[in-house]
Amino acid sequence: MSLKFEARREIPRWLVYGTPLLAIALTILSGYLLFMILGLNPGSTLYIFLVSPLETQFGLAELAVKGGPLILIATGLAIGFRANVWNIGAEGQLTMGAIFGAGVALAFWGDEGVWILPLMFVAGALGGMLWAAIPAFLKTKFEVSEILTSLMLTYVAALVLSILVHGPWRDPDGFNFPQSRLFTEAAILPVILEGTRLHVGALVALFAAAAAWVLLTYTVTGFQIKVVGQAPMAARFAGFSQKGTVWFSLLLAGALAGIAGMVEVAGPIGQLTPQLTPGYGFTAIIVAFLGRLNPIGIVLAGIVMAISYIGGENAQVYAQLPQAATGVFQGMLLFYLLASDFLVRYRIRIQSAKPRREVATA
Amino acid sequence: MTNDAAGAPPRLELRRITKRFPGVVANDGVSFSVQPGEIHALLGENGAGKSTLVKIIYGVLHADEGEVLWNGQAVTLANPHAARRIGVGMVFQHFSLFDGMSVLENIALGLEGKSDMRKLNDRIIEVSKAYGLPLDPRREIHTLSVGERQRVEIVRCLLQDPKLLIMDEPTSVLTPQEVERLFGTLRQLSAEGCSILYISHKLQEIKDLCHHATILRGGKVVGECDPATESTRGMAQMMIGAELKTLARRGARPRTATRFNVDNLSLATDQPFGINLKSIGFEVAAGEIFGIAGVAGNGQNELMRALSGELTVAQPSSIRLDGKPVGNLGVEPRRALGLCCVPEERNGHAAVPDMSLASNALISARNRMKLAVGGWIKHDATREFAERIIQEFGVKARGPESAARSLSGGNLQKYIVGREILQTPEVLVIAQPTWGVDAGAAAAIHQALFNLAQNGAGIVVVSQDLDELLTLCDRLAVLNVGSLSRAIDTADASMEEIGLLMGGLHGMSAEVPAVHGSAQNVA
Repeated sequence: MSLKFEARREIPRWLVYGTPLLAIALTILSGYLLFMILGLNPGSTLYIFLVSPLETQFGLAELAVKGGPLILIATGLAIGFRANVWNIGAEGQLTMGAIFGAGVALAFWGDEGVWILPLMFVAGALGGMLWAAIPAFLKTKFEVSEILTSLMLTYVAALVLSILVHGPWRDPDGFNFPQSRLFTEAAILPVILEGTRLHVGALVALFAAAAAWVLLTYTVTGFQIKVVGQAPMAARFAGFSQKGTVWFSLLLAGALAGIAGMVEVAGPIGQLTPQLTPGYGFTAIIVAFLGRLNPIGIVLAGIVMAISYIGGENAQVYAQLPQAATGVFQGMLLFYLLASDFLVRYRIRIQSAKPRREVATA
Repeated sequence: MTNDAAGAPPRLELRRITKRFPGVVANDGVSFSVQPGEIHALLGENGAGKSTLVKIIYGVLHADEGEVLWNGQAVTLANPHAARRIGVGMVFQHFSLFDGMSVLENIALGLEGKSDMRKLNDRIIEVSKAYGLPLDPRREIHTLSVGERQRVEIVRCLLQDPKLLIMDEPTSVLTPQEVERLFGTLRQLSAEGCSILYISHKLQEIKDLCHHATILRGGKVVGECDPATESTRGMAQMMIGAELKTLARRGARPRTATRFNVDNLSLATDQPFGINLKSIGFEVAAGEIFGIAGVAGNGQNELMRALSGELTVAQPSSIRLDGKPVGNLGVEPRRALGLCCVPEERNGHAAVPDMSLASNALISARNRMKLAVGGWIKHDATREFAERIIQEFGVKARGPESAARSLSGGNLQKYIVGREILQTPEVLVIAQPTWGVDAGAAAAIHQALFNLAQNGAGIVVVSQDLDELLTLCDRLAVLNVGSLSRAIDTADASMEEIGLLMGGLHGMSAEVPAVHGSAQNVA
């Protein structure tokens, strides 16, 4: 007996957009069973996990604080994925963006000036682009897989950050904690909603998603990205540069991830610390796929992912769930998404080793 | 071959086979039978249901209704495995061989169960000798010509001792001499009692080879005939279901200004088994259609890419368009000057299968037709242009938003050719204009090319189909292992002369192609 996967001839459109919902439903169902096995009240734990983040103004603002960087990064990644450029190292680009942004903040520490924040945005974007330029160069020059290089550079970036906060950028009054000084007023993103941590980062993310949608729908560059991703030969015939597309999509994703990193340090964190994010750069990969590589879908997916972060924190506090629960939830979501995507594209056929009805020959 | 007098059952009989796919009935109550030893032609346009029918016989697909009878008994063919076991062999149009492996290894892979390699080696030599298909089992596939590769596929089938051999468009890639040799093998098989189901749209071949023909149109059997007595025109009309339009062939015209000039074009290949182009040179005058013949794999891909600008050459003057050197320019700058191309492969090269027809219009026409201005796509203009192609070239599609993949091969080809021709190119370079395209679409494409030439454009047609080149072209030259022969006027060219150019330059004597070399290798 053997399992065989057969490509389906036609895939209904509703199914393509339906699979994320199916994946979410299956994740919730599995979570229910998981909590039951852990001996918790599954209903109320799920409630804490999924609904409680939406109940208060503070919770909603936190959604935007956490969803913002996810959406920002996923938007950049999705454009790359469309072009068959597999940038897995957004976390490293985010870290570099944070370092560059923090560099500006620390260089002008104590200064006043409305130009400091815009300069930090530029620096953050440049930092991320710089880090993404390395895989782009290696890919276009030597055909090195960007999957490996971008991922490995993530760990290099983390070490660079570690050197800085343990060494030259350590807060002189910080009791030897590996942290930079707290940024001064002019280098902190203003809070939009009083009493919460909501800052302009969320608006930047929405703007980026909208811009990406326009790019993909109305510009030749967006068309080029899609053609290069779907049919490289046709892209050559169309006169589109493969290498140019690799550079464009990596630099764009780097810039957006860099801005996300800078927004984190200039927003909720307010200083440079060794551990900047709970892995936004990696989670954004899930967000990009959950959102069907479509900027509008990514905004929704980013919100879903943000719920899982905040719900996970709430569950730690109120249901004594371990921190790993968040990771498990996100992992299950990706698993179910990939599985249902696969089953949408292929059908499984079980075949016996011998044909069921043997042929009678004369 | 007529029915068996003794009343023995036919080798294969199909009764009212019906197969439906979503939205289309591919086979609608198809019945016919093949006698032992009969060479039976299955004739029809692309999309007539030939492939589906053959796949049902070979166990790849399963009929929704109807029965398959084998020697008079109903059989269910669950998969190709079962079909092979009762004695059905098939040689596909596209070969499934591994380039980097030897003939022996490839054949062993295709057989069921483990094979004793030494015995198999001897069997291959034995079978290939018996049927005039010389093969050296130790040669690697990438060193073989297309004709030799086909022999590998045929020998692989013959090793399983088939009672019915299905040949899907077997001659589309062969030189005339190779075709004759193949026919010899098939006639021998037929004389030994093996039935052959021969799928083709080349009517002359069917007349020469086949005992009986079943004609399919729109999934139904629309006629049967004895190809020996029926005229090719008659068969074509049954196939298309309409009176054939005679092409408005142009008379001889005085040679005018040279529009396209290729001079001493050399290019090293960037592909593992590619072909280097060696000092290629030819000229195309205004209103002229110039043909480049040759068996596939002799540098056609490289030449197409060099002419289109996908590959650039260091020496700008080796390609000139209206006198202007363009050799160093990329695809879009050449297109801007009026050089348009139709690559051989429709899916994934000339068109993106998953994108809409409108999006596919952007691929090559966005600048010349001003479908995108300043980097912004004008969706309305793009849809209008796609609509215009669909209308003017009679493309059967729901509309500009249909995905390219939803079109049949012939319709997509009409769309692609239309997309280039409506851009009113100064020079059009087109590869395999009617490859896998039904006769109706082929005639429309040929007519469009004639009209384009009539208006003063220069056209280069790269094709393996000699009939097509002789129909279309004023002059032609043969591409062989990266070199282009001298150009000959088609008016005074004979099939033999061109065939010898095609096979002869291969480094073998054209009189005894390949037999000699391979036989020595075997010994």
